[in-house]
Amino acid sequence: MIAGRRLLVRLLLALWAVTLPAAVSAASAQRGISDAGPDASLEYVFGEIEANRLDSALERTETLLRAYPNFRLAHLIKGDLLLARAKPIATFGNASGGSERIRELRDEAIARLRAYRERPAAANYIPRYLLQMGPEQRYAVVVDTKRARLYVYANDAGKPRFVADYYISHGKAGTDKKVEGDNKTPLGVYQITSFIEQAKLPDLYGSGAFPINYPNEWDRRLGRTGHGIWLHGTPSDTYARAPLSSEGCVTLANQDFLQLSNFVEPGLTPVIISNEIEWLSLDDWQAERKGLQEAIERWRRDWESVDVDRYLAHYSKDFRSDHQDYSDWVAQKRRVATNRQWIKVGLDKLSMLRNPGRDDMVVVTFEQNYRSDGMSDRIRKRQYWLKEGGRWKIVYEGKA
Amino acid sequence: MKMRPNSALAMMALILGLGSSQLLHAADTTAQVQTLVNQGQHSQALAMADRLLASNARDPQARFLKGIALTELNRLDEAVAVFQKLTGDFPELPEPYNNLAVLYAQQRQYEKARAALEMAIRTHPSYATAHENLGDVYARLASQAYDKALQLDSANAAAQSKLALIREMMSGTNQGSAKTRIATAAAAPAPATPTPTQPATAPNTPVASTPAAESAKAAVPATAPTATPAPTTPAAATTQTRAPVTATAAAAPATAAAADAAQSAEREALQMVDEWAKAWSRKDVKSYLSYYDKDFRAPGGVSRKTWEQEREQRVGKPGKIAIDIEKPTAKIDGDVATVRFRQHYDSPGFNSSTAKTLELVKRNGAWRIRQERVGG
Repeated sequence: MIAGRRLLVRLLLALWAVTLPAAVSAASAQRGISDAGPDASLEYVFGEIEANRLDSALERTETLLRAYPNFRLAHLIKGDLLLARAKPIATFGNASGGSERIRELRDEAIARLRAYRERPAAANYIPRYLLQMGPEQRYAVVVDTKRARLYVYANDAGKPRFVADYYISHGKAGTDKKVEGDNKTPLGVYQITSFIEQAKLPDLYGSGAFPINYPNEWDRRLGRTGHGIWLHGTPSDTYARAPLSSEGCVTLANQDFLQLSNFVEPGLTPVIISNEIEWLSLDDWQAERKGLQEAIERWRRDWESVDVDRYLAHYSKDFRSDHQDYSDWVAQKRRVATNRQWIKVGLDKLSMLRNPGRDDMVVVTFEQNYRSDGMSDRIRKRQYWLKEGGRWKIVYEGKA
Repeated sequence: MKMRPNSALAMMALILGLGSSQLLHAADTTAQVQTLVNQGQHSQALAMADRLLASNARDPQARFLKGIALTELNRLDEAVAVFQKLTGDFPELPEPYNNLAVLYAQQRQYEKARAALEMAIRTHPSYATAHENLGDVYARLASQAYDKALQLDSANAAAQSKLALIREMMSGTNQGSAKTRIATAAAAPAPATPTPTQPATAPNTPVASTPAAESAKAAVPATAPTATPAPTTPAAATTQTRAPVTATAAAAPATAAAADAAQSAEREALQMVDEWAKAWSRKDVKSYLSYYDKDFRAPGGVSRKTWEQEREQRVGKPGKIAIDIEKPTAKIDGDVATVRFRQHYDSPGFNSSTAKTLELVKRNGAWRIRQERVGG
């Protein structure tokens, strides 16, 4: 029992120290998020250790291993719980040798428990980034690197509805990718571009891969480099990887990856990668999206007004398109506008996805049906809207 | 992992109420099987157990001893079957579970070993041997779990050092607990003290430590001298600790006499061991006992007097014995000498070959035995 106590104390010191501060606010233990997968069991195991019910802890750990035979973290806990029966043990992970791997497993335990304990009440909170999913976007993926978690939301008539969440690993050097080879995971609003099946990939990628469109328009504008950022599976010899272990990709357990592939559609499904998801209540979410919706609607109407100054007032001085800066853009728009008698603009399939980070920036994508006495066309367009001095302004516009 | 099958069923006698005359008769015969087992005569033990079982197939003692004999004969699958059946027929007995676990552990089936030991403890929560074995099994399982957690394999240096460490800790534990286990095997299933020298006092207990001389009577002549190397079976080894040994010519003390004091001390020590063995061989009890120092620690914590009486009785028993001391080496450290050798013991009923260590102390210019133990 002494052995168990020691194990307990060390474990909990290590884990509570990290999780306690935020755990208070997310104490609501609503069913939904993180109830699938091994994390509820893991939480239970640690609870039993805390209560010094080591037999029960071992039992559940073994149950867990029957469901996830390659779950190294559970093997480590099992080793500790067994060893505690044979002799007093000192710490978490009493295997000598492989201390780096023990540290990684400890990190994984912390990440999983934190994600579980701080899991949002799914029904009442929505990731701030999903201001509006497009009608074709049946699902959206939101990643929280700090919690080592990926959340899937379904598009429930415009309102995001929680579907599933999974433990993930990201770049070994952390997040906010800037240059090729920095081993970091990019932060931003991305999209699944394609699917690569398992047969075409080395074992490292596990059950397959979903490449995303890093670097996106905004990354390129900021001069960020690199490529080949994927969501992918896990090598066959392990259930999960350490929280920080990839070269920038987001990796999932193979069974989770396969589940995810039921939701993801290349070319449609957005992937928003954040350091730490901001959660909004439904009311706040509604208020936030309304403000931007109105700004977009004013831009559309001002364009239709044929008053080019009213139209251009929606563009930031920092505006740049793929090939033009603000003054080029303004000059071109004024030139085109001189002969216009009438303009009709329709916006379809609009999505508004907030970019993670301090700035209030939203990636807006739509199908634009433009008709005028001159030319008419229908294109997919993407804009980056940034709140400047309390007003939404367009800082980027281009074809999507 | 040296887990000893538990060859004693003293508890069982109580459990089964062996007080009834019919069963007493049966116990009489199983006692002989027990003796054969203790002497390392496993083929004979097996044969006798089978004869017993021919008339009473259910007899748990005979079946148990048969299982042990099979184990010692390395017929492990058959042994497993015997103990499995025993646990099925007598689930209240802890010993078959324990031994089943030992066999499983030998086959690296630690989960099965664990389950069996947990059953043993469920029926007898204070069963020390099962607890100790279970501790070992847990450590093994932990080691396996760690291997899986850290993806260690034997090709990996870190893995090896780690595994070696655990083995070392475990063997350390084993050394500490080995005595307990041996003793448990020798005496009752209780966490027995190492009392292998008391066979005569507890005739009803199937005592592993029955000295050879005593068992010389035991029916089976040495058809095939079983010369079991001592380390293989701690129980047998324990027996041999007290096994009278006749020194034959082989114990040649170092002839290369050097003027060097250390060398002469060495020679004297070996000389003493030679004389001691000779006294033993010719059953000169008085002379034999005189080689033991006044501070000699009698095994099992019995008093000097009890021990002497026992030795007197045993060494002085009729029957020819021959003792051979092979390759004795002496290490001198001031007034203490450590003499190691292999001791071959030959009698009509019992043969053994065992590594032995004598710790000598210089007393009034003469070497005397302060400690006697089996093993290097």
